[in-house]
Amino acid sequence: MTAFDTAIHLAYLASAVCFVLGLHQMNTPATARRGNQVSAAGMAAALAVTAVVLVHDHIITGVAVTVLAVGLAVGAVAGLITAQRVRMTSMPQLVSLFNAVGGGAAALIAVGDALHHPDLGTLPLHITLTTVLDLFIGALTFTGSLVAAGKLAGRIPGRPLTIRGARAVNLGLVALAITAGGVYVSGRGGILMLSAVTIAALVLGVVLTLPIGGADMPVVISLLNAFTGTAVAMAGFVIDSSPLIIAGALVGAAGTILTKLMADAMNRPLVSIIAGGFGTGDEQHPHSALASTGTVREIAIDDAALQLAYASKVIIVPGYGLAAAQAQHELVALVQALTEHGVEVSYAIHPVAGRMPGHMNVLLAEANAPYPQLKDLEEVNPEFARTDVALVVGANDVTNPAARRAGNPVSGMPILDVDHARSVIVIKRSLGHGYAGIDNELYTDPKTAMLFSDAKAGLAALVAGVHAYVA
Amino acid sequence: MTVLLIADITIFVLSLLVGFEVITKVPATLHTPLMSGANAIHGVVTVGVMFLAAYATTPLGYVLLLVAAAFGAMNVVGGYVVTDRMLAMFRARNAPGPQRKAGQP
Repeated sequence: MTAFDTAIHLAYLASAVCFVLGLHQMNTPATARRGNQVSAAGMAAALAVTAVVLVHDHIITGVAVTVLAVGLAVGAVAGLITAQRVRMTSMPQLVSLFNAVGGGAAALIAVGDALHHPDLGTLPLHITLTTVLDLFIGALTFTGSLVAAGKLAGRIPGRPLTIRGARAVNLGLVALAITAGGVYVSGRGGILMLSAVTIAALVLGVVLTLPIGGADMPVVISLLNAFTGTAVAMAGFVIDSSPLIIAGALVGAAGTILTKLMADAMNRPLVSIIAGGFGTGDEQHPHSALASTGTVREIAIDDAALQLAYASKVIIVPGYGLAAAQAQHELVALVQALTEHGVEVSYAIHPVAGRMPGHMNVLLAEANAPYPQLKDLEEVNPEFARTDVALVVGANDVTNPAARRAGNPVSGMPILDVDHARSVIVIKRSLGHGYAGIDNELYTDPKTAMLFSDAKAGLAALVAGVHAYVA
Repeated sequence: MTVLLIADITIFVLSLLVGFEVITKVPATLHTPLMSGANAIHGVVTVGVMFLAAYATTPLGYVLLLVAAAFGAMNVVGGYVVTDRMLAMFRARNAPGPQRKAGQP
């Protein structure tokens, strides 16, 4: 190894260290931004070092330099513009889009490398095998993430699109990919077999993602994120590049952890989410009213405002309905008014509130809610018992006490113990069902009062009401 | 199996374990920026794309290179910028007046 090679490898090691330290600093909101900057510095170093290698080795044609520069510039500008313009409610589809291009780039590395080695017979097993894996996972992630982004953006219907015989088609595609991949690995077939793997994976990405309901999206995004990480690590094996292997493994780990957390929080086994066709997407069932077993108590805006203003401890339970109504700013204004009046307020955030892991926290942070007020499930649940008013806005299934009993669709789902609070106010437009399609027993609890209103209008009226009482 | 391959596999497995260890400690509040930041990190695939440039000598190779470079750069730049935008919003206290307007219709 020459001194130059040593220096290059040490520089790559330094950038890998930056990635790990950057992720480590994400363990508290106070240091997270610096962590992301450390990670970005590591990335800049890795790219700069690679440019130095290309120049030093004189291994690149003039045309390739131009093509590379143009491609990088176009991508960088496109990434910059979309990242600066995106609304926080649209974050899940943007993350999905970046995931798609990352997976696509990883797959293209496998293609480019294979085109460079037409004499496949001489390639060792670990190159051919990782090439097939990189292509398969990368291509599947590419189309899968694009479909997921389309669903999240509303361009493709969020409800599950089931195709008759889809399972047989999926199995056929998997069999095709395995066969073609096997032939390629055995040293025969060449580019033709790789093309078959690629096409099978591209189609699989679409048919696997289409049937998944909109509300399962936090799991799907996490899973696709894990896939891209794996594809990048495989690309690292193909071209023997340690930064790709390390970064790919880190992302694969992150995606896997988040996938498990999300699937647990939705109380759905991963397999049934991927099998799809169960979820109903975002739309509620307006026709389905609460079963006749219980009566519902209504409350007027003024009474609700009075109750909140004279409470000593209030917990807010926001759900995706809040974000859909774009009412997070009104909510934060209400919390601010209450806090100024001396009421202790916090937000109870269920892991699947939103369309990707942690989405609700970002929406509230954007509306200027201080992060010490944002509390997760384990942290907040013991606090409900000493809470005067729990205010539920746009959340449904995650508050249903039926989850503690066996024998219904939400059984075993981790819920927020809203019914332990001394009183509960639910802002909701109607008694429609949530994603699980069952009655919420919280609504018929004698402690619960329903405030039938649109989230945005209702919260704005509450802010005015609270100001009137405390002025 | 070559020594090189063993070294690569070792790096892969240990990185996975480091990833699990570090990421388990990230609080749920930061899961969206975590995912978006991790997304930006897999933009390191751009390093691979740059090495691909060394092989590109045919028109097909150039087209692949162009697309891959655009994808990779979009992943890196967009990923880091949007993560930074999100993390800048996380504040310990209510910031004074003007910022409240952000996002208000």
